[in-house]
Amino acid sequence: MHADTQSEAQRQLTVCNACRYCEGYCSVFPEITRHKDFGLAEISHLANLCHNCRGCYYACQFTAPHEFDLNLPQILATARQESWTDFAFPNAFARRFQTSGAAISLAMIIGISAIFGLAQTFGRIGNGSGFYAVMSHALMVAIFMPAFLLPLGVMGIGLRRYWVQVGGGWIRPKDVWAAVSAAATMKNLSGGHGEGCNYEDADRYSNTRRYMHHLTMYGFLLCFASTSTGTIYHYLLDYPAPYPLLSLPKLFGISGGVSLSFGTLGLMWLKTKSDGHLDAAAYSTGDFAFVMLLFLVSTTGLLLYIQGLFDVLVAQMLVIHLGTVLTLFLLLPYSKMAHGFYRLTALVQDAIRKRSR
Amino acid sequence: MDTNSDTNTDILIIGGGNAALSAAITAAEKGAKVTILESAPEAMRGGNSRHTRNLRCRHDGPLSVLQDSYSEEEYMQDLLAVTKGNTNEQLARIAIGRSAECVPWLEAHGVRFQSALSGTLSLERTNAFFLGGGKALVNALYRTAQACGVTIVYEADVTHLEIDEARVTRVDYTANDEVHSLAPKAVIAAAGGFQANIEWLERAWGPAARNFRIRGTPYNRGAVLADLQAQDVQTVGDEKQCHAVAIDGRAPHFDGGIVTRLDCVVYSVVVNQNAERFYDEGEDVWPKRYAIWGRLVAEQPEQVAYAIIDSRAQGLFMPSVFPPEQADTIEDLADKLGLDSGALAKTIETYNAACGTEDGFTPGKLDGLSTVGVMPAKTNWARRIIDPPFSAYALRPGITFTYFGLRVNERAQVMSKEGPVQNLWAAGEIMAGSILGEGYLAGFGMTIGNVFGRIAGEEAANYAR
Repeated sequence: MHADTQSEAQRQLTVCNACRYCEGYCSVFPEITRHKDFGLAEISHLANLCHNCRGCYYACQFTAPHEFDLNLPQILATARQESWTDFAFPNAFARRFQTSGAAISLAMIIGISAIFGLAQTFGRIGNGSGFYAVMSHALMVAIFMPAFLLPLGVMGIGLRRYWVQVGGGWIRPKDVWAAVSAAATMKNLSGGHGEGCNYEDADRYSNTRRYMHHLTMYGFLLCFASTSTGTIYHYLLDYPAPYPLLSLPKLFGISGGVSLSFGTLGLMWLKTKSDGHLDAAAYSTGDFAFVMLLFLVSTTGLLLYIQGLFDVLVAQMLVIHLGTVLTLFLLLPYSKMAHGFYRLTALVQDAIRKRSR
Repeated sequence: MDTNSDTNTDILIIGGGNAALSAAITAAEKGAKVTILESAPEAMRGGNSRHTRNLRCRHDGPLSVLQDSYSEEEYMQDLLAVTKGNTNEQLARIAIGRSAECVPWLEAHGVRFQSALSGTLSLERTNAFFLGGGKALVNALYRTAQACGVTIVYEADVTHLEIDEARVTRVDYTANDEVHSLAPKAVIAAAGGFQANIEWLERAWGPAARNFRIRGTPYNRGAVLADLQAQDVQTVGDEKQCHAVAIDGRAPHFDGGIVTRLDCVVYSVVVNQNAERFYDEGEDVWPKRYAIWGRLVAEQPEQVAYAIIDSRAQGLFMPSVFPPEQADTIEDLADKLGLDSGALAKTIETYNAACGTEDGFTPGKLDGLSTVGVMPAKTNWARRIIDPPFSAYALRPGITFTYFGLRVNERAQVMSKEGPVQNLWAAGEIMAGSILGEGYLAGFGMTIGNVFGRIAGEEAANYAR
C-alpha cells in the first residue's frame, strides 16, 4: 500500500472514530470503534470489509467542501486495490493489471482464441461429438485444469498474506457460516435497513446494485455448478457431453449464463450512473475489465449454445468462448475476481472478531 | 428592484434545516405551493441539523428503535431540571406531547433510525438516533420535499421582511448576485440562531466571543432574527444564553461538529491559562455535565483551558480527532502548552496530595472518589495524576446554538407587540429560546424543530388556502 494511501486512510478513520454516526450502515463502522490507532493491518482489514455501499459518504457532515474533506469509500477502495496488489503473486504483474486491466484482458482473449483457432485450422484437435468434434475433451482438460488450479493456488498465497497481515485467528465453522450468509445476502449492501445502498442516484437508497450483484454472483455459481455436474457426469457416470436441454449441466449453464449476462450488464450500467469520485479512480479500468470479462464469458457461452442449435459458426464461437474463459481463469488472482475471495475472508475475520469481543 | 418571476408561491420558508423541511413537507402535503430559501450552497445545506444525531421522544411503549417508555411527565421533569424552570411550560408541553409523533412522521418521510450509538447508552430509552446522523436526515427530507413539489433555492440570503399592519407583505432576498422580492401568502422563519455571527456574539459576550468556536453551520448568522428584532416583533431570551460545550481547542472556527468534542474532563484535572483549577471536574457523569463546561471555559482568561490526564486515563473516553500534547513530566507538558511549569507542577502536586484511596474507581458511574482539602474539590473519579506519559487537551467554548429568538404562541405564530403577525410563523432554533431559557436536553432541539415545523407548516397551509 502506498504510504500516502495509508496516512490518508489513517487520517480519515480517526475522524470516523471520533464521530461514529454511521455505525448502523455496515460492518466497517462497528469494527472502527474497536481501535484507537489505524495501522496497515487495520486499514487492510477495514478496506476489504468495505463493500463501497457509500451510505457513509452521503451521510457524512465532513465531506468536501468541509475542510476535513472525508471520502471514506474512495480511500478504502484505493487501500483495498493496493492491498490486493501487495498480496498478489507475482507482484509486478498485479500492479500492471491494475492500470492496464482492460488491455491485458482483451489481448489475452484475442491471443488465446487465436492459438485455439490456429490449432483448429492446422491440426485436427477434436474427434468427439458436439463441441468435442472441434476440440477434444482431453485437450480441454489438459489446458483448463491447470489454468483453473494454478490461479487458485496463487490466490491462496495472497489470502494467506492477508490473513497474516490482519492478525489471523482460529476459524470456527460458525465464523464461516456467518461470512457465507453475509455474502449470500450481501448484507453489507443492505444499508442496515434493507433498503439498499447509495449508488446510482446519490443519496437515494436502492437495492438495484445488490440485486445485480446477486444475479452476477449466483449466475457465476450456477455456471460453475454446470461445469461441476458435467465433470461428475463425464468421469463418474461415464456420460460425456453433449447433454440434452433437460439435464443438470444445461439447466445450470443456461440459467447461470442468462443471470450472469444480465447481472454484469446491470453492474456496468449502474457504474456509468454512479459517482466515480467515490471509487478508486486510478484502478477503475481493472475493475471494469473484470465485469466486462464476466459478461463476455456468459454471453459467448450463451451464443455458443444458440449457434450450436443451428450449427452456425460453432467452431469460431467455441474458440472465442474458451479464450474468454481461460483469460478469466488465468487473471483470477489479479483481476477484481480476487475481491470475492478477499471479501469473504474479511467477513470471516469480522465474524471471529465479533465472536471474541 | 427586480421581481422574481416565480411570485406565485403560497408559502415561503426561510431556512433549510429540520424545522424548515418539516414545515415544507407538511404544507406541501396539504396542497400548498412551497418555496424554501436556504442560505447555504447545496453541499452544506441543512443548517445545524446536518451535525445532529438524534431527537428526544416521548413514548408510552417500545417505539421503533426506542425501548421501554418515556412519559410526558418524566420528559417535563428532565426539561425543568436542566432549564431550572426557565421555560414556557405551555410551549414545552406541546413539544413534549407531540414528540411522540416525530419518529413515525420522519420514518414516513424517508428518515431511517438506528439504535443508540456506542458510547451513548444513557440515551437509548429517550432518544431515537438517525441512521447515518443528521445529514442523512436532511438528505431524506430534501428528497421527500422535492418529491412533494417544493421549490428549493440555495445560496439565498434573506435581507428583509416587510411587515405592514401585522402582515408580512414582502420578502427580499439575494440569490446568484441578484436581488429578488416575493409576496407570498404566508412566511415561516426557520433560519436558526445567530451563533455564526461573531460580531453579534461579541456584542453579547465582549471580545471573549472571538475565541469561541462555532460547532455548527457558518450560515446561521441571524439575519432574519435581526431584521425582525428591528421591527415590531417580540423576542424572547437572553443574547448570552446558548448551548455551549467545551470542545477541543484545535477545532476549526466553524463546522467542526461532533468530532471536536472531548469526553475526558471527568477523568482529568482542568486548569486555565494560569495553571489553576477552577471547577469540580468530577461533579457528575459527563453526559449530564458536558453542556456546562463551554460556559465555564468561556469565563476563563483567553477562553482556554487544558484537561490533563495521566496514561491510566487513556482509553476511558471516546478517542479525540486531534492527538493530545504529551510529555513524560508535568513540567515538560506545561512547556509544550505554554503554561508556567512551576505553577502547573504545584497545582498537580496539591491536587495529588488531596486524593485519597483509588480503590473503587469506576468509570461512567459516580464513584465518590473525592479529593479532601483542595478547592475546588473533585468529587468523583479523583485519582492522582502520576503515571507518565502525561497528556493534555486544550479546551475552548464550542457554541452549538444561541437561545435568543422570536416569541411565538402555541400555534407557532410570531408575536408582535400588538399580537400575532397574521401570516408569519417560526420553527426551530429561531424560536427554541421560548422553551430552552437555559441549559440543554440532548436531542430536544431537533424535537422542537420537527414539532413546531409541522405546526407552522399546517397553520401556514390553512392560512394560505
